[in-house]
Amino acid sequence: MLDFVSTRRDVLRTGGALVVAFTFADAALPALAESSSSRKTVESDEVDGFLSIDADGRVTVYSGKVDLGTGLRTALTQIAAEELDVSLDRVGLIQGDTELTPDQGPTWASLSIQIGGMRIRQAAATARKALVEMAAARLGVLATELRIEDGLIKGGDKSISYAELVGGGSFSLKIDKDVPVKDPTSYTIAGKSVPRLDIPSKVTGRFTYMQDFRIEGMLHGRVIRPLAIGARLESVDETSLNGIPGLIKVVREGNFLGVVATTEWGAIQATRKLKATWSNWEGLPEQARLWDYVRATKINSDKVTANVGDSTKALRDAPKHISATYDFAIHTHGSIGPSCAVVEINQGKITCWSASQGTHRLRRQLAAMMDVPLDNVHCLFIEGSGCYGRNGHEDAAGDAALLSRAVGGKPVRVQWMRADEHGWDPKGPPILVDLRAGVNDEGGIIAWESEFFVPGDGLAPMSLVAATLAAVPPTPITEPYRYGNPDIMTTNSAIPYTFPNIKTVAHLLAETPFRWSWVRSPGRLQNAFANECFVDELAAFVGADPLDFRLSHLNDPRGAELLRRLASLAKWEQRRSPRKSHQNDVVAGRGISYAKDFPSPTYVGAVADIEVDRRSGEIRVQRFFVVHDCGQVINPDGVRNQIEGNIIQTLSRTLKEELLFDRSAVTSLHWATYPILTFPEVPDVIIELVDRPTAKPSGAGEPAAAVVPAAVSNAVFDALGVRLRSVPFTPAKVLAAIESSARRPSREL
Amino acid sequence: MPTSVSLDVNGRVVTVEVDDPGMPLLYALRDNLQLKGPRFGCGLGQCGTCAVLLDDEPVLACEISLTKAANKKVVTLEGLGSPEKPSPVQQAFIDEQAAQCGYCLNGMIIHATALLAKTMNPTIPEIKKALADDLCRCGTHLRIIRAVQRAARRA
Ligand code: FES
Ligand code: FES
Repeated sequence: MLDFVSTRRDVLRTGGALVVAFTFADAALPALAESSSSRKTVESDEVDGFLSIDADGRVTVYSGKVDLGTGLRTALTQIAAEELDVSLDRVGLIQGDTELTPDQGPTWASLSIQIGGMRIRQAAATARKALVEMAAARLGVLATELRIEDGLIKGGDKSISYAELVGGGSFSLKIDKDVPVKDPTSYTIAGKSVPRLDIPSKVTGRFTYMQDFRIEGMLHGRVIRPLAIGARLESVDETSLNGIPGLIKVVREGNFLGVVATTEWGAIQATRKLKATWSNWEGLPEQARLWDYVRATKINSDKVTANVGDSTKALRDAPKHISATYDFAIHTHGSIGPSCAVVEINQGKITCWSASQGTHRLRRQLAAMMDVPLDNVHCLFIEGSGCYGRNGHEDAAGDAALLSRAVGGKPVRVQWMRADEHGWDPKGPPILVDLRAGVNDEGGIIAWESEFFVPGDGLAPMSLVAATLAAVPPTPITEPYRYGNPDIMTTNSAIPYTFPNIKTVAHLLAETPFRWSWVRSPGRLQNAFANECFVDELAAFVGADPLDFRLSHLNDPRGAELLRRLASLAKWEQRRSPRKSHQNDVVAGRGISYAKDFPSPTYVGAVADIEVDRRSGEIRVQRFFVVHDCGQVINPDGVRNQIEGNIIQTLSRTLKEELLFDRSAVTSLHWATYPILTFPEVPDVIIELVDRPTAKPSGAGEPAAAVVPAAVSNAVFDALGVRLRSVPFTPAKVLAAIESSARRPSREL
Repeated sequence: MPTSVSLDVNGRVVTVEVDDPGMPLLYALRDNLQLKGPRFGCGLGQCGTCAVLLDDEPVLACEISLTKAANKKVVTLEGLGSPEKPSPVQQAFIDEQAAQCGYCLNGMIIHATALLAKTMNPTIPEIKKALADDLCRCGTHLRIIRAVQRAARRA
């Protein structure tokens, strides 16, 4: 398996294009030459958009979806190798290069296999069929009598290779969506735990992350952000930088302020020493009253995600009621390596290297900000530190573009400092959920209603910080088509359970305090948190076992099978919550949570075992049992890796994470004020994968995140009889919940 | 005024020209010597991703100045092994597939190497403690712990 990183700086200057390839081991690969006269197609309905076979029979896959540290590269390579019948080491992958890879929309929502991978499978199957037909004609053997071994098509005593058939040429074929694909039972590469070939170079310091990428003549840029988000830059005293070695320029455009220096350390020192004055600005809500602010925010529109029966009437008629409000804090992406990009401008042509999860989208944004035609911008993806949503990579690219332009187009590398990342990456927005249910005299749930308060369009491109600060007038970014499903954030607010009357509504809010983008499992995480906790509240209210209660309201055989498997994996013992024995200081509890993800039909359930110390309010999560069904699995070990990662990351968000801010800006600007889970706090994760080789593959990763907060909250209820309805579950909140439940011992029936 | 500082990095004596010898070692390793193992994560001593061995002891290269590293033996991730010949700890990370993005692994491997040099058979709590200051955002912790255990078994 090969990895290509394009460094095609000279494409437009020389009229020739050169792709320099680095293997993971940095051994030089022969350069792949192309000529600008036959520019590679990036059309997403063309086989040539996704695949090429060179004269040596080497296959290159061109993927618009990119590997954000998830192992996607390996899985996509497996899919292509399998469907083309070539060995893995014949297949290389180029990702996220706007001149080479089709626009498949941003890499998000765990859709890269489900959508991106399936497109590559279709392209490969279309190519394979064409190759077999060509071989049949050339060999004079019936297509049905041919077989393929590692790119060699054989029939009787004759054979011909892919290279001989198309090597170096193009297919010029539309992708056939209905092309027959291989029978999964015959797979030898897909469905196997292929080791990730990026790992040897990553563990030995040989891998080139975006943060490591360097080109000749490159200068170093850093940004100086306003002290308050909406502050005006009033003055800059450039003499404060006298004596900084290597300083080239202080760059000011509107409220955008940055420096360029010959060395990275010079640039960092310049940002520390530069004297600038900013106006006051206090436009953020008061953190202590955040939820009042959210509740008072103007609602742009309502989206009804489920409407069954007549919940208003049923609630009115119900003899017993239960209601609760859940909230989920503002989170930061928190990539370990701050965002980084390199931009160079040559004769008006912009080349941008970044770890953007959507290079085609970034290209449109850069073209608009820099006021150049789209054709003059070339964006190339280079894998960076893991990212879990649209973090700051695109913004760093915008910064680098302005800085490069200010120094005559010389290549400028911008890496954000930690405070830039914590302070200015777009945030996971605050979400508030109201729930109510009606219960009849027999303990039956007759009505369920919920209202979610969520920001509006989560799929629109987030503007570049540099464009906003430099006051570049907003240019509408025309997207060729809407990627993904705009309902992705809200659809899961509908519940997977059958009650006779249900109404779930998402109030789409006009604004939210910070520039926002979603962090892992957008919306679905918050929806599942509220829904799965409230289901647990209902089970406790009617005195049912939480697992039984779910099963008895689940009309979905695949989901029911998953829950049964979870019960046996976790050795679930039937019981009601809370447990009786909660007089000790440290009390154990166990909670369950379940979700059917959207838009992927991935099913996931979890049981969390926890201990909570009633004196300190500290929750210790000992283990998570997870059963996960994402249909066909391409790389089982890769899926397990994703599940473990999502459980641990989301546990961190659940127990610890909350953005801090004052009226002007973010104040949690580093890891001491925005702590994340550390090794001593990490639980065991025990996973069972349901493999359905003949089913369609669906998303893996984010679905596992969605079940975490409710499993923990429900376990705390099991242990102590108190409900945690506000993420993060800090010790202070646990203590407050214990205290208030002591004052108000049980919910009125 | 550019100053020359001589360093012993991965067994080679090299001279770097810098404007400020008070600069953190990290930038000399990354920018002057083009090493990619030690990485910038926070620059504040909070994440561990910049760790290197200095006379066999783990230190944070974002915090220690270049002058303090002169005349001492610096070993980076590259100095432990290569993809063709990984160190036992690196091999264990490969065997356990202990990476997602892998950006944090420099700190993990440097600290695990230092731990195993002193503690033959660390318990899981000892491993967790040794890595407590190394942050991983992808949630690769369990695989990292298994990799350290595997390396310990092999040693
Ligand atoms: S970069 Fe040195 S500890 Fe984070
Ligand atoms: S593997 Fe990505 S930060 Fe640890």
